[in-house]
Amino acid sequence: MTYTFQFGVLAQYQDQILHGIWLTIRISVLSIILGCAAGILLASVRSIWGGAVRLLVDAYVEIIRNTPFLVQLFIVYFGLPGLGMRVGADTAALIGMTINLAAYSTEIIRAGIEAVHKSQIEAGEALGFTRFQIYRHVIIVPAIAKVYPALCSQFVLMMLASSICSAISTQELAASAAFIESQTYRSFEIYIAVTLIYLALALALRAALALVGMWLFGRRVARRTMAALPEVQA
Amino acid sequence: MTLKTFGLDQFGFLVFSLQWTILLTVIALVGGGLLGFAVALARTAHLKPVRIAAATYIQVIQGIPVLMILFLSYYGLSLAGFELPPLCAAGASMTIYASGYLAEIWRGCIQAVPKQQWEASESLAMTRLQQYRYVILPQAMRISLPPTVGFAVQVVKNTSITSIIGFVELARAGQLINNATFQPFRVFLAVAVLYFVVCYPLSQLSRLLERRLHAGSSR
Repeated sequence: MTYTFQFGVLAQYQDQILHGIWLTIRISVLSIILGCAAGILLASVRSIWGGAVRLLVDAYVEIIRNTPFLVQLFIVYFGLPGLGMRVGADTAALIGMTINLAAYSTEIIRAGIEAVHKSQIEAGEALGFTRFQIYRHVIIVPAIAKVYPALCSQFVLMMLASSICSAISTQELAASAAFIESQTYRSFEIYIAVTLIYLALALALRAALALVGMWLFGRRVARRTMAALPEVQA
Repeated sequence: MTLKTFGLDQFGFLVFSLQWTILLTVIALVGGGLLGFAVALARTAHLKPVRIAAATYIQVIQGIPVLMILFLSYYGLSLAGFELPPLCAAGASMTIYASGYLAEIWRGCIQAVPKQQWEASESLAMTRLQQYRYVILPQAMRISLPPTVGFAVQVVKNTSITSIIGFVELARAGQLINNATFQPFRVFLAVAVLYFVVCYPLSQLSRLLERRLHAGSSR
């Protein structure tokens, strides 16, 4: 093999890379906030109302979890304009990521809610809590604390999966890499560098989520969050 | 030129291309299974450096996008002088991706076997190989079945990413048909339905196995 690596060319394209990193961070953080909020809402609604609402939520979760993210993006980006909704590549990426993450969050939080023991709820009733107080203090907050590490692993996976949005021309980090590759033909160097950037982003995101976990739920949850590897959802 | 519409022929093409998705999934699970099994054993080895090397491998694979693994194997293989069809790059990258996750799943299963089983088999003067072969792995395998089937769903879905380097599997076939028919909503909905038809039974199977495993252990 007579290939000489030239990482020097990357320096010229610093701006492109930084721009890509910034967009990756923005769509990831936004979709995490929106997806997690939707997940809490859907898991709550599902456990409170039951019946047809539960069926609908479960169908949504199963459909999203059993189809590829790439195809979901295609439907949002190429399919929606046909129905009269024109969306840009960045917006489509954000919509796709939020829809995807909402389904996974719902599933994870549902498991947390179902793990809350019935005696806890009865204890809340015995203390004279209102139904809303029970829901908030006894069910949803402990449930989220319990599944927080699994939730964070899913957030990290979503950030990594945001690279797939380059396929619908969202100009995030993977798209920046593709652009620089087309300019310089230094494909291997560029993809090694960008892979390392993704690795650093994944570690940084996990650390940031652990800090949030410490602030919300205390030290023990934060430690579990740092240690957790992406769990594979069946 | 008149545009084709999305009809039975086009749907047939999608179903036909599903075989490449399935082939790629099988390659990833067999190749990734072998590599992942070795890494899982290394992860639970006696020697600390071996354990650390395996843990680093898992952390790195799980910390980078599948798309990057794909690009690195695609350009890496051609850099090393191999003129290979996209199937090889796709298969290689899916194998590496699957190995990182399967290793972690199986490590958990090996460590879930109670410590007494190790001690009991050691007291029977079994070698480490015999311990694995006759005591630990048969039990670990039982535990590993539900999460492994669950992971297979992830693999089926993630093979769609190989369409980005031009490997014609189901997602790429959908793009090709969309380019000819300009009916993206219908085409990609059909693609999604086909993925669902493959993935949903696997998800349910994983759930069923999980329930059966817990029912067995609580008795």
